[in-house]
Amino acid sequence: MLSESFRFFLGVRILAEMEIDVRGQTCPVPLVECRKALKKASPGDLVIVKGTHPASKKEIPMACEAMGLKVLDIEDKEGGKEWEIKIQR
Amino acid sequence: MGEKTVIILHSGDMDKVYSALIIANGALAMGMEASIYFTFWGLMRLKKGELNKGPLSKMNMMGLGRQMIKQRMDKANVASLERLMNDFKELGGKIIACEMTMEIMGLSKEELRTEWIDEWGAVGSYIQEARNANVTLFI
Repeated sequence: MLSESFRFFLGVRILAEMEIDVRGQTCPVPLVECRKALKKASPGDLVIVKGTHPASKKEIPMACEAMGLKVLDIEDKEGGKEWEIKIQR
Repeated sequence: MGEKTVIILHSGDMDKVYSALIIANGALAMGMEASIYFTFWGLMRLKKGELNKGPLSKMNMMGLGRQMIKQRMDKANVASLERLMNDFKELGGKIIACEMTMEIMGLSKEELRTEWIDEWGAVGSYIQEARNANVTLFI
């Protein structure tokens, strides 16, 4: 991810992509790590969350909706054992 | 923002401290503000090195039950209380310590994890926090 000062120096808006891996983590870690990433991201940035905790697959989109953020994609992986959620900050 | 969760943590039992921190972290993660008011046995968990030292609320069996639950929690990859507390602070959670409990228990500020504590207060602080809260719990 580019630092704020570097972005300013360039004077352009470069969208960053942030990936967080919470596979194997349980409640409330996936939700909390997702929020931490969203806090660090700049508006427009993409946050991708990879996890296995079943409840978080529906709760992360619920949290995003409550915060007015757009969920671009929810995808099942590894035959439904894993999921990947793409969020636009 | 604007929505808020306020929790009174009266119990110092390990499982109940978990409940309070998990709920409070969940609230922050879902875009709410959150604060925890530590009082009575709950306040004991803010003593240096005591956060995870509480007994189990049921089936403690002189610490045997607690040990068993701890093992199961490790196996299920449950986060430590220390980590949950750090996440809570990082996401902007607020901690209020009960001054009357400190007086009753003979505690000084130096004995507590002051780096976590945002405010020292009494019932008025709780009510002021909870006045406009959407969720408030007594644990």
